[in-house]
Amino acid sequence: MQHSKTQDTLVGFFVASGISALFYMALQVSNLGSYSSDDSYTVIAHFQNSGGLKVKSPVSVAGVRIGRVSAIRLDKDSHESVVEMRIESQYNNLPSDSGVSIYTAGLLGEQYVSLDPGSSDEYLKDKSTIDITSSAIVLEEMIGKFMLNKAEGK
Amino acid sequence: MFQFLQNLGKATRSSFAKLGRASFFLSHTLTGISDVVPRPNLLIKQVYSVGVLSFLIITISGLFVGMVLGLQGFNILSDFGAEESLGVMVAASLVRELGPVVSALLFAGRAGSALTAEIGLMKATEQLSGMEMMAVDPIKRIISPRFLAGFLSMPLLAALFSAIGIMGGHLVGVGMLGVDDGAFWAQMQASIDFQEDIINGVLKSVVFGFVVSWIALFEGYDAIPTSEGVSRATTRTVVNSAFSVLALDFILTALMFGDI
Repeated sequence: MQHSKTQDTLVGFFVASGISALFYMALQVSNLGSYSSDDSYTVIAHFQNSGGLKVKSPVSVAGVRIGRVSAIRLDKDSHESVVEMRIESQYNNLPSDSGVSIYTAGLLGEQYVSLDPGSSDEYLKDKSTIDITSSAIVLEEMIGKFMLNKAEGK
Repeated sequence: MFQFLQNLGKATRSSFAKLGRASFFLSHTLTGISDVVPRPNLLIKQVYSVGVLSFLIITISGLFVGMVLGLQGFNILSDFGAEESLGVMVAASLVRELGPVVSALLFAGRAGSALTAEIGLMKATEQLSGMEMMAVDPIKRIISPRFLAGFLSMPLLAALFSAIGIMGGHLVGVGMLGVDDGAFWAQMQASIDFQEDIINGVLKSVVFGFVVSWIALFEGYDAIPTSEGVSRATTRTVVNSAFSVLALDFILTALMFGDI
């Protein structure tokens, strides 16, 4: 088998397609492509209980994803959960009196933050805090309350 | 009883001797790689016969495996009303397991057996001894370029397999079964982690490429130089490669994904 230019070309094609497959997986399949952190701003919300919310959980308005949760930590004084959300800067007209709640996608799905736009003329800015929050619904708590009500009703 | 003990001892001794020969062979091959670098033509020729000629079988198998995953996954997931997770299922199973493992098995069958037969026949026709007579180290001239080519081609082939498989899953899931296109990709991107899944999958294929090339070349080099010996060596390559790949896959999975 004599070494030829066709062979060189085919090997080049093979290596190029292999590497592009790797890039394809890195960008299209994994979460590497969705880190577009520069053009976004952060808003903060305090929750009584953030339930099973995780970093990178989606933040959505009317079911459309507008950002992701970037950090969850505990406020040492109030013992509340502080949730930081990065919101894409194209959505810069969210009223400042908007409310946020934590919901579960489907019965067993992952939890996400849903933002209900208010009616104020002022808009949320970087580092602004959302005051109207409602906590995650913890299923065990609900069942507990339900059982208690049943027992009391008898 | 005495006979049995004697046979057992003989088998143990010969398998250890083979392991020792294989280790010497490997270290010899690895040191020979430094001589391949100044002669890239040797490498290109081998990447052609090991990688490029395996290209078609890998892409077609990848496409079909991905399409089957799409079909089967849809059937199971639709029972739970979770068809949107089809993308995650297809991508995770391909990137983590099926991509590296199935392409390594195909690679052993397509390229490994060819390598063994080639080296074995070179030995049987005394080409290797002829090279030694001319003071050309056959390991450096023949084995090392082939080893390096197999080692480099395997991750590329596995990546191709996974990428084409995901496209196949998309074709069936979104194109034929009507899963939502956005949900398919979005759920996949949300769940597949670059570090955790893709890098680990590539690491697996690197290990498999190393092992399969080693086994194939060693079996060829160690073959009894008769036509029967070469045929046996070729069989052993495929059997041992498949066995090592599957066993190593378990160990690597336990190390990478299982908290053992």
